[in-house]
Amino acid sequence: MKQVGRDIPRLELRAKVTGRADYTHHLRLPGMLYGKVFRSTVPHGRIRSIDTTAAQALAGVHRVITGEDIRKLIPEPYYGPAFHDQPILALDKVRHVGEPVAVVLASDPHIAEQGVQLISAEYEELPAVYDEVEAMQPDILVHDVLRPAGTFADLKHLKGRGGTNVALDYHLRRGDVDKSMAGAEYVFEHTFKTQQCLHLAFEPFVSVAEPGDERLTIYTANQSPSFVRIEIARLFGWPENRVRVKVPYLGGGFGGKLYIKLEALVAALSIMVRRPVKIALTMEEQFYMITKHATTFRIKSGVSKDGRVVARACEVFWNGGAYADIGPRVAQKSGFTAAGPYDIEHVSIDSYEIYTNRTPAGALRGFGVPQLVWAYECHTDLIARELGIDPVAFRRKNLLRNGRPQATGTVLQDAAIAQVLDAVVARMGWNAPFDRGSGTMRRGRGIAIGFKAVISPTTSVAMVNISADGSTTIYCSTVDVGQGSGTAFALIAAEVLDIEAEAIRVVNPDTDITPYDMGTLGSRSLFHMGNAVRLAAEDARGKLRALAAEAGLPEGTNYPPAEIFKKRYGMQAGNVIGTASYVPTYNAPDAKTGQSDNVTPFWMVGGSGVEVEVDTETGKVRVLRLINAADCGKPINPGVARTQLSGAAIMQLGFTLSEAMQLDGGQVTNASLADYKIPGIGDIPPMENELVDAEQHSGPFGAKGLGESGTFGVSPAIANAIHDAVGVRIMELPITAEAVLRALRANAGRPLDDE
Amino acid sequence: MTLRPINFTLNGQAVSTAIEPHRNLVELLQRFDLLGARESCGQGLCGCCTVLVDDVAVSGCLYFAVWADGKCITTVEHLDADGALSTVQEAFIACGAFQCGFCTPGFVLMTQQLLKANPAPSDDDIRHYFAGNLCRCGTYPEIVEAVKRAARA
Repeated sequence: MKQVGRDIPRLELRAKVTGRADYTHHLRLPGMLYGKVFRSTVPHGRIRSIDTTAAQALAGVHRVITGEDIRKLIPEPYYGPAFHDQPILALDKVRHVGEPVAVVLASDPHIAEQGVQLISAEYEELPAVYDEVEAMQPDILVHDVLRPAGTFADLKHLKGRGGTNVALDYHLRRGDVDKSMAGAEYVFEHTFKTQQCLHLAFEPFVSVAEPGDERLTIYTANQSPSFVRIEIARLFGWPENRVRVKVPYLGGGFGGKLYIKLEALVAALSIMVRRPVKIALTMEEQFYMITKHATTFRIKSGVSKDGRVVARACEVFWNGGAYADIGPRVAQKSGFTAAGPYDIEHVSIDSYEIYTNRTPAGALRGFGVPQLVWAYECHTDLIARELGIDPVAFRRKNLLRNGRPQATGTVLQDAAIAQVLDAVVARMGWNAPFDRGSGTMRRGRGIAIGFKAVISPTTSVAMVNISADGSTTIYCSTVDVGQGSGTAFALIAAEVLDIEAEAIRVVNPDTDITPYDMGTLGSRSLFHMGNAVRLAAEDARGKLRALAAEAGLPEGTNYPPAEIFKKRYGMQAGNVIGTASYVPTYNAPDAKTGQSDNVTPFWMVGGSGVEVEVDTETGKVRVLRLINAADCGKPINPGVARTQLSGAAIMQLGFTLSEAMQLDGGQVTNASLADYKIPGIGDIPPMENELVDAEQHSGPFGAKGLGESGTFGVSPAIANAIHDAVGVRIMELPITAEAVLRALRANAGRPLDDE
Repeated sequence: MTLRPINFTLNGQAVSTAIEPHRNLVELLQRFDLLGARESCGQGLCGCCTVLVDDVAVSGCLYFAVWADGKCITTVEHLDADGALSTVQEAFIACGAFQCGFCTPGFVLMTQQLLKANPAPSDDDIRHYFAGNLCRCGTYPEIVEAVKRAARA
């Protein structure tokens, strides 16, 4: 291969280092109004009244708009990818603190902000529920009735269901868990929890809508422009081609900027006032937009005398917050692999997406999988310790291998689980002597591995255009959020067309120009759009050959494209457009048993190994070494791929050690970068990142997605290493110094007082 | 709100304008279509809005625009004013020291400053100097490499 596998810098590099890269954040249009949002101060309540008089009277305020104004424009103003449950502005009820209730529009954002301060609202407060397990009881109902969108066939049966906060229940049954558990030599049961945290992209959510004659253009920081177009068209009852969605580069996404966020709001506002409208959130407001699910995971395993896991029962409770967003799909799709990358004959999985009165939860770098790996890899380690078996040996004994059926019944293929484990173990020097520290500074080691089924079935469409001078352009709706997707597609097309990748131009998403793509999410783009680009390039290559034949050039000769065009059209004219759609095969799992022979077109695998030092006097944990390995098939652009792996692990390091949204009465009390600590440069341990030698045979040139794999193993590997160092087990994220100190003191029979 | 006239040097050129006293430096720069300094956290913690004022790095989100009066303001856009990328920018490209690129101008400007004060920084020097710049994509290891590469160049 001449192009694929070459290390090349991103195509957009110059724009990014010079500060000239195009982000929606910067967009200003003539006559544009800025919207600032008035938000709910109560977690759950009926709206009694909203007083906008003073705001409307403020000099410079163009207009104040509430949910009732929106309802006059759109009778059913509810949106969402899985459920149509989220009103564009609150209607009748508010369901979480920070829910948008009204918008003030002004030419100057400072005046709009001042206007917001002049609005007041009265609510009839209702009791609120915040905990996912408590919300399983129907005492406090967040929604009266479920409103599935109909987009996904397997959610339709939920329509009209009421009297529950369970938005979705997913079940998997394989073998006979009860019987096998009863007959097992050992049974282990644990409950693990994860915290609510968030994406916190540095370009906060921002969307602009520009109305035109019979047209609406939306410029937005969004990872799924095709979905935005379809959903906006649905809300207004328009054909798709009346809506144009343009997405430049994104200042971070991580699964936050998916589906619809501010787009329906700016669209409605711009149509009402007939002017362009921009809404750009502050960092603080991001805490009220979308988050990562808090979870409770009860896991139980039956183990045979010789250390084989024979049965596993998993119950996962997902704290979905006040609106479904993509949460039901997270609960379902991550449910496929909740039992971990192990060969277990008897498995049951129950996964519940639950409404609560918190900020909604969606997908964050792993579509739920990091929460699951946290639980099953801590559990696995505890079993190994209890049985006195080396944690690596215990995993190897139980590992799921290619050719064996996974819990869903789908046979594992091209999943380098064993290689990833081996790579981590080899780099750790697992069998070499290890300095365990002394006195109050103790050292330990831990490993963890995880895997994921990709979200399926999803579609990607690509166009490859060869111009008359031979220069080539790729049109696709994959959003470059920083992962280097455009560069990877250029390498793929270049390989097919036998040209230099650096000479190819990749057009940023614009739904008037770039064809449909399901979304830039779940590590799907390189595989799905990569395959579409490969096929479109092959189509273009075929058409170019046909053009050569039309021009009377002898078959099999290798004329440069420019000469073919010139010969055919008599001058530099014409072009060749290759197109292709890619959608993998998929068999929906059985509704009762979750069984299917084809739940995913590929598996992602990631693992981590860490060495930690724990200060037993303070509980402070220092990660001394972090090793990450992943299976991305054959990497298309290896350097960029390693940065993906490393960046994902660093993000997960934050979710492991420091990041947590603190709630008080439904109000986030640490909604700023000052109080919500993300990793800084001083927090990064020495790291090693390895892409194992593997191949995804159905992927473009053997490749598959990687964006999330680096997150899988980090949290449990750290907890396992802490246990190894000081003998205490942390059951809940994040692992703060306080949590470790509490565990140490409790273990020593001298527990600290609460708070 | 009253407009206050200000005169300052912007990327080597003398400029005059008038601005309300509540606006910050990032907003001022937007008027000159300089968009490399971006307000993100709004608290001076992330470094995305880094601007040089009389050759000292400041957080543009916390620096009032009127304070620019009489000062010399330099933004990331000035680094390749002659059409060629600076050594630091070349090093960031060579090391792949960014993903989404939103925080990159701040890191690039701070690297220029660091290398001016300390031409051969150690890893610890680099980590200490970048305590006020955050990267949500987590490209810190690549950034440390880029700074060292620029120092060697």
